[in-house]
Amino acid sequence: MAEYETFEHDVLVVGAGGAGLRAAIGAAATGAKVGVVTKSLLGKAHTVMAEGGVAAALGNADDRDNWRVHFADTMRGGQYLNNWRMAEIHAKEAPARVNELEAWGAVFDRTPEGKISQRNFGGHRYPRLAHVGDRTGLEMIRTLQDHAVHQGIDVHAEVSIVALLKDGNRVAGAFAYDRERGRFRVFKAKAVVLATGGVGRAYSITSNSWEYTADGQSLAYNAGAVLQDMEFVQFHPTGMVWPPSVKGLLVTEGVRGEGGVLRNSEGRRFMFDDIPENYRNQTADNEDEGWRYTQGDKTARRPPELLTRDHVARCINREVKAGRGSPHGGVFLDIAWIKDKIPNGAEAIKRKLPSMYHQFKQLADIDITKVPMEIGPTTHYMMGGITVDGDSQMTNVPGLFAAGECAAGLHGANRLGGNSLSDLLVFGKRAGEHAAEFAKANGAAAIDAAAVDSAAREALSPFDRAGGESPYHVQHELQSMMQKLVGIVRTESEMKDAMAQLVGLSERAAKVGAEGNREYNPGWHTAIDLKNLMTISEAIMRAALERTESRGGHFRDDYPDKDPQQATFNIRLRKAADGSMSLSKETIPPIPAHLQEVIEEQKS
Amino acid sequence: MSTATFRIYRGAQGGGEMKDYTTEVSEGMVVLDALHGIQADQANDLAMRWNCKAGKCGSCSAEINGKPRLMCMTRLNELDLDKPVTVEPMRTFPHVRDLVTDVSWNYRVKKKIKPFTPRTPDAPDGTWRMQQADVDRVQEFRKCIECFLCQDVCHVLRDHHKEESFIGPRFLVYAAALEMHPLDTLDRTEELKEAHGIGYCNITKCCTKVCPEGIHITDNAIIPLKERVADQFYDPVKALVRLVRGKKA
Ligand SMILES: Cc1cc2nc3c(=O)[nH]c(=O)nc-3n(C[C@H](O)[C@H](O)[C@H](O)COP(=O)(O)OP(=O)(O)OC[C@H]3O[C@@H](n4cnc5c(N)ncnc54)[C@H](O)[C@@H]3O)c2cc1C
Ligand code: SF4
Ligand code: SF4
Ligand code: FES
Repeated sequence: MAEYETFEHDVLVVGAGGAGLRAAIGAAATGAKVGVVTKSLLGKAHTVMAEGGVAAALGNADDRDNWRVHFADTMRGGQYLNNWRMAEIHAKEAPARVNELEAWGAVFDRTPEGKISQRNFGGHRYPRLAHVGDRTGLEMIRTLQDHAVHQGIDVHAEVSIVALLKDGNRVAGAFAYDRERGRFRVFKAKAVVLATGGVGRAYSITSNSWEYTADGQSLAYNAGAVLQDMEFVQFHPTGMVWPPSVKGLLVTEGVRGEGGVLRNSEGRRFMFDDIPENYRNQTADNEDEGWRYTQGDKTARRPPELLTRDHVARCINREVKAGRGSPHGGVFLDIAWIKDKIPNGAEAIKRKLPSMYHQFKQLADIDITKVPMEIGPTTHYMMGGITVDGDSQMTNVPGLFAAGECAAGLHGANRLGGNSLSDLLVFGKRAGEHAAEFAKANGAAAIDAAAVDSAAREALSPFDRAGGESPYHVQHELQSMMQKLVGIVRTESEMKDAMAQLVGLSERAAKVGAEGNREYNPGWHTAIDLKNLMTISEAIMRAALERTESRGGHFRDDYPDKDPQQATFNIRLRKAADGSMSLSKETIPPIPAHLQEVIEEQKS
Repeated sequence: MSTATFRIYRGAQGGGEMKDYTTEVSEGMVVLDALHGIQADQANDLAMRWNCKAGKCGSCSAEINGKPRLMCMTRLNELDLDKPVTVEPMRTFPHVRDLVTDVSWNYRVKKKIKPFTPRTPDAPDGTWRMQQADVDRVQEFRKCIECFLCQDVCHVLRDHHKEESFIGPRFLVYAAALEMHPLDTLDRTEELKEAHGIGYCNITKCCTKVCPEGIHITDNAIIPLKERVADQFYDPVKALVRLVRGKKA
């Protein structure tokens, strides 16, 4: 093995978003020596962008709320494909994780009694999202970051992991380069936690940043771990549609939680036209009731704008396709109308949704306290990901853990808003603690020199092809292809076409070149990340082709209905011995009686 | 579609030069979009930082036509496109490559500020009670996205390089958020006066002018902190109380 700068940790955490930081804190608290790696600077991970809030049944805004309701809401939202054990743990532990943030300095918005305030969000029966205006993610990441740096954790900022290293079956560390100098690094670790976030960069219209190239999912897949539920991509109903350069940028669901309504070009609140059966008795049947709900009237039911994201996104799609869209191909989201309902409405909007006000004012020259916004669906979140054990978050590869958006299970076929930030805290902590435990029990592993050398050669190969195609061009083509053929509405013929195109794109991806030198070279980095996007696009397509029904985030035009037969399994993908992607259907273990009881009791 | 020219600083470790790139621009674009276009088509290796493209992460700080700004929040229609638009890295920090600078000093400084230390919980379940009115000010400070534009523009750092003895406006805001946090029990006034060098600030307000979050850095954070320092160190009664209790007086 050539000489590389080498670092040793008991637990290596890949990712410094909410999940990674919480894992690092959890591992460090047991006395383990912890390192955290991030592609960006500390505090810039995707979690910083979260707006609406973190879901936890604190019961501050409505004392009828408790873990049972949160559990049932999460399962219903996920169309019962969720890992029920994770849904149970999540609902039970989220309140403690949120309160803990307050002990570390977070300053959430308050109720009149001085407690943490909670807001309404789609699919949550009661107001449940602890929040700070519409910058909850910033509050969360800053709190975790500021706490973590005092816990003796080593932070490796602007370092990218390109391969996991193994010793026999178990994980032994990871291979990386630092972005600034372009030099390679070897991380020896007794346990590794992946907390790398999502895959949004596989699509052209997305709320996700450049970081979301599915690194964790493909690192795990290539190391022998299993992926599941990859057909379930969440398209958030409200992304900006204009101007073109901000297409896809998120407009928080908080707008609807505060009373914002959706209208088509005829001024009609079309969400009232299509309320799914299993939500009917929880949904308002007139505009006035919906409004009262957003204002905290406990006898009112939620407006249909707050149905689950998959459903709202499809209704918007339908309106646009039927020619009832807005000028730039979306529909209207109106919060300005609440000025007729409450005194000082414009001020209230600015106070409750400051960054939305700012975002539209600065990027689109639109004052949301005066006119409606134009919005449309945007690729937002990956429900699927790395298969883990519900209690420990360990994958099938010993010593390899995953938490946060890159892991699968909690959300099933569709994630409820706010359930991601709580997911990061609950399962980040668990992953960190169990990883530390694994490290203690299993000791050091050996690094495979040959594997390191081959990872280095592969990482450098784009330079051997200087003058080759621009990696950005291949990435852009992949994104438009995925958007068009494997997007919000899917059919078999289009996805088969996509499969065929992916073969050609993968060949081109293997030939892209990097110009310049190794120091802070984003072209080179994009060339490396491209492989991960290819792997994950293939996984999405294969799973989506296999599921011949419509459920949650996965909608098939050729199979528009839910098929009860297909509610019994998760689709799993793994790398076969010959390097191809193999698919299986894994039966979901039967839900225990005490949890089934909770689901039944909450159906009324 | 029309075109515009961007004059971008290219090179490593300060040894660079301005280079012109002409690219297509369209309605609604921001500087970051134009640079992405240039990166994809003409300069694959153009180094810059960005993440959120929505003014939320504070990664894309640069000096555009000489002004410290976020590239993702600077719309082209605010700029005169008849002339080349200059885009340079933040000048106060050591240069790495193209538009990327070494901002690690900021992270080291922050670590030196005494961390949040709350009073014992108010309720038996381990939680606290705080009124919204009592946290409004702290929430203003906590809006900071750590873009470090205020650090870039502050003359104490930019021109006089007092990095060893002055923490800069960003961390005065941070210290203010801790000092004014209703639950925090520590007193940081002595360090503010000594190690953190609050006295170097002569209230020019340049930091406030560039803050993309609109935080009233000088009026709401620095001046009240300066008053605390003055009160405690020059008011004999308070100085005595401090001596005895070692706490916020
Ligand atoms: C605009 C927006 C708004 C949202 N609002 C909400 C909300 O209100 N409520 C809610 O619950 N959820 C929300 N979400 C979803 C939620 O924010 C994310 O799912 C969540 O933050 C993901 O956190 P994470 O810790 O898993 O990953 P991230 O925060 O994305 O962190 C990933 C980390 O992994 C690192 N990384 C990735 N690959 C590598 C590699 N190869 N090597 C080294 N490091 C690597 C990255 O640098 C980063 O540090 C929102 C998402 C978006 C985009
Ligand atoms: S007001 Fe003080 S901190 Fe702000 S720029 Fe001027 S000298 Fe620097
Ligand atoms: S205070 Fe304002 S200018 Fe300074 S780092 Fe924070 S957001 Fe940026
Ligand atoms: S890219 Fe996040 S602030 Fe500009």
